[in-house]
Amino acid sequence: MLLSRVADSLYWISRYLERAEYTARLVDVAVDQGLGRASSFTGSAVERLYQSVGLEAESQDVSALAGGALFDLASRNSVAACVTAARENARQVREEISSEMWEQLNALYLRVRQMRDEGSWSARTHHSTRAIIDGVRLFKGITNGTMSHGEGWQYLQVGQFLERSSETASLLTLFVPEGTGSSTMQEPRDQVEWVTLLESCSAHEAYCRYYTADVRAGRVTEFLLLNPEFPRSVRFSAVRLEAALRSLAGYSARTAGRAERLAGRLRASLEYAQVDEILSDDPQTYLTNISRQCSQIHTAVQQSYVAYPIESALPA
Amino acid sequence: MSQASSLKLVPPLHPARPGPPGGSLFSQYGLDKAYDEMFDADWKARAHYRPLIEELLIASPDELRQRQLEADRAFLTQGITFTVYGDDQGTERIFPFDLLPRILTGSEWDTLERGLAQRLTAVNLFLKDIYHEGRILAERVVPPELVYSCRHYRREMRGVKVHKDIYVSVAGTDLIRLENGSFVVLEDNLRVPSGVSYMLANREVTKRVFPGLFTRYNVKPIAHYGQSLLATLRTLTPANREPTIVVLTPGVGNSAYFEHAFLAREMGVPLVEGRDLLVHDNIVYMRTTSGLRRVDVIYRRVDDDFLDPLAFRADSYLGVAGLLNAYRAGQVSLANAIGTGIADDKAVYAYLPAIIKFYLSEEPILSNVQTYLLDNPSDRSYVLDNLESLVVKAVGESGGYGMLIGPHSTRKQREEFRDQILASPRNYIAQPTLAFSRAACFMDSGIEPRHIDLRPYVLFGDKVTMVPGGLTRVALRKGSLVVNSSQGGGSKDTWVLAD
Repeated sequence: MLLSRVADSLYWISRYLERAEYTARLVDVAVDQGLGRASSFTGSAVERLYQSVGLEAESQDVSALAGGALFDLASRNSVAACVTAARENARQVREEISSEMWEQLNALYLRVRQMRDEGSWSARTHHSTRAIIDGVRLFKGITNGTMSHGEGWQYLQVGQFLERSSETASLLTLFVPEGTGSSTMQEPRDQVEWVTLLESCSAHEAYCRYYTADVRAGRVTEFLLLNPEFPRSVRFSAVRLEAALRSLAGYSARTAGRAERLAGRLRASLEYAQVDEILSDDPQTYLTNISRQCSQIHTAVQQSYVAYPIESALPA
Repeated sequence: MSQASSLKLVPPLHPARPGPPGGSLFSQYGLDKAYDEMFDADWKARAHYRPLIEELLIASPDELRQRQLEADRAFLTQGITFTVYGDDQGTERIFPFDLLPRILTGSEWDTLERGLAQRLTAVNLFLKDIYHEGRILAERVVPPELVYSCRHYRREMRGVKVHKDIYVSVAGTDLIRLENGSFVVLEDNLRVPSGVSYMLANREVTKRVFPGLFTRYNVKPIAHYGQSLLATLRTLTPANREPTIVVLTPGVGNSAYFEHAFLAREMGVPLVEGRDLLVHDNIVYMRTTSGLRRVDVIYRRVDDDFLDPLAFRADSYLGVAGLLNAYRAGQVSLANAIGTGIADDKAVYAYLPAIIKFYLSEEPILSNVQTYLLDNPSDRSYVLDNLESLVVKAVGESGGYGMLIGPHSTRKQREEFRDQILASPRNYIAQPTLAFSRAACFMDSGIEPRHIDLRPYVLFGDKVTMVPGGLTRVALRKGSLVVNSSQGGGSKDTWVLAD
C-alpha cells in the first residue's frame, strides 16, 4: 500500500534529480566549450544548451551564466533549486526510502549549498559539476541497491525516465532545423555543435562506437532519439517508462490505463520511426509532439494515482 | 599482563568507613537527603545494584567512556534522533543517553503496576462519567466548575459514545521516588504521551554496548511494546473485520516525528499525515495509489486543537476536516479520545485519589504528591507566602514549561508568578519542592548521582497491559530537577528484574 502523497514525492525526487544532473552536465560542457575557444565563447551550441534551461546566453559572461544555471535558487531549473526540492521531498518520505538514500541525498544537498556559499566553484567548474553529477549517480546506484524494487521504486523510475524523455526531446528541438530540411552532412562548424550536443548527453563516446567519429546531424538525431540501447535516448527512456507504468498498474487496483496507453503509444512510435522521415518532414513539430506526450503522461499519472477525484475512488 | 594490572582490586562494597567505593570512579559521588537508587544512607550498596557496581569497578573509566561513545554513535546511526526546531541543516540531535541502567526489583514493579492499572481504570471511568451523566460532579466529589473551566474539557464530546468507553488507550504516568523510598505519582499524561521509543531504543543500545551486564541480571524484556500497542488499538473497533489502523503524525517538522515513524514501523501500520486523510459521509479514508482505503482506528499524535479545522482550530493544517463528525458518528476510533486533557489537568490531578475511591471503592495504591490548588483561597495565601520553597505549575502545560521552581528562582521570577497566579488562579497549582531520587550517572568526572523520574507506559485495551519499566528521565545538570528533553534532560535504560 502506498499513499498517494508518498508516490508523488518519490516521483518528484527522481524528476528533480534527473533535471539537476542534466543541468550540471550542460554547464560542464558549456564551460568546457568556452575554454576551447579563442574569441567569444558563446558558440550557438552553448547558447542552445543554456536556452534549454531557460537562460539567455547572449549578453552574459561565462561565470554568471554557469553560476545562474547551477545556483540561482529563484530559477526552478537550477541545480540548487532542483536538489533542494528533491531533498525536501525525500525528507517527507524518509520512511519509504532507505537511510542510505537519505544520507546521500542530504550530503549532496549540503555539498551544493556549500559550493554556493563558498563561491569557489568557478575556479574549478569541471570539478564542481562532476561532483554534482557523481552525487546524483551515486544516489541512483544506492537506490537500486538498497530499495526494494516495489511500487515506490517504480515511481522513482517513472519520474526519472519521464524527465529524461522530455529533456532530451526538448534539447533536440533546439538543434534540429526548422521546417523541412535534409539529412545531408553539414559544415564542420556545425560538427562542433553536434558534438557539443552529444557531450551534453554523455553520448559522444557511445555515438562514436556506434557510428564512428564522423558526426552527422541525421545520425546524432537518430542516436539521441531512436537508439534502443543508449540509456539517454528518448526511445530507451520511453521503453523503461512504459515498463514502470505497467508495473504500477499491476500494483494498483484502479483500472487506470490511460498512463500506460500513452506511454505505450510513445514507445511504439519511437520503435517504428525512421530518422530520414522525421528530418525530411517536420522534425521540430515531431519533437514538440514528444514533449507534449510526456506532459500528458505526467497528467495521466497524477490523475490516476495521486490527485484523483474522490467520487471516482470510493469503495463500492 | 603485568603484575600491577593482575592485582587490580575490586574495592570492598562494605567499607569500614562509610563512603563510596574506592578508586577514582566514584570519588565524586555524594549522598544527600534524596533517596539514592544505588546506595542507602550508610553507603551500603543496595543488593540489586551490586553486580552493576562490581562491573563498573572492573572496567576502567576509559572503557566506560568508550562504551558511552559507542552508545551515542548507535543512536545517531540508527537515526534515533529528534530534529531541533528551526534547524534547516537537517542535523539531528540524540536525546542524551546515560550509560548506566536504572534498576527496579520485581516486587517494586508489581506495586507500581497494580497502582497504575487502578489509576487508569479510574481515569477512564471518570472521563465516561463527566462526558455523560456527571455523577461525580453532581455529588461534588470533584467541583463541576473545575471541570467546566478547563480548556481541555471538550463540550463536543458530551454524550458521544466511545467504543468500549475507552478514552485513554495509552497513558504515560510520571512517578518519582520520595526520600523514604516510596513511589508517588507526579503527574499523568493522558493526551499524547511520548518517549516510549526512547525506552525501547535505550534497551537496544544498552544490550549492544554493555552486553556483559545482561549475563549478571535477569532483566524482563520490553521489546514487545509494538505488539501490545497494536493489540490495544485493535480493541477499539468492533471485531467483525480486520481493522485498518494508522498512526497520524503532524509530519517531519514535529520534534517527536522519529517516534511516530518508529511506532508505525514496529506495528506494521501506515504512517499518515492529515493531508493523506479525508472524510466522506462520515467515514475516514486515506488516499492511496490504489484508491481510497477506509481507516478504522487512528493512533493520533496530534493534539485535539489541531485535529479538525472544522471543529477546533480553523488554521490547522495537521488535521482532517470532518474528523470529529466521523468520530461522533462512531465510524472511526481515536486513541486517545478527544477531550482526555481534562483528566491530566494538574488541578484535576489533585482529585485523583478521590476519583479512584469514588468509582472503585478502593484506596489508591499509588499516592499523589501533596498539591495546593491556587483557586482555593487558603491554599493560595499559603503558597504566595512560601513561593521560595514550592514548585508552581501551570495546569495545562507540559514539557517543564510554565513552571517555577521556588528554591532555584530569582525574586523577579517569583514576582512574575505571583502576578500570573493572581490574574488566573484556577490555572495554577503548587507542590512542595521534592528531593526526588537520584541515580548513578556516568558523567565526565566519573559516576555521580542525578535526579531521575520514571514514566511507565500503560496500555488500556480489553485489559491493562504494561511493559516492565518505562522511561527513566534524568536531569543531567547537577542539582537540576527538570528532566524534560526540551530542557536539558536525558534518559536511562530502565530494568525490572525477574526475581
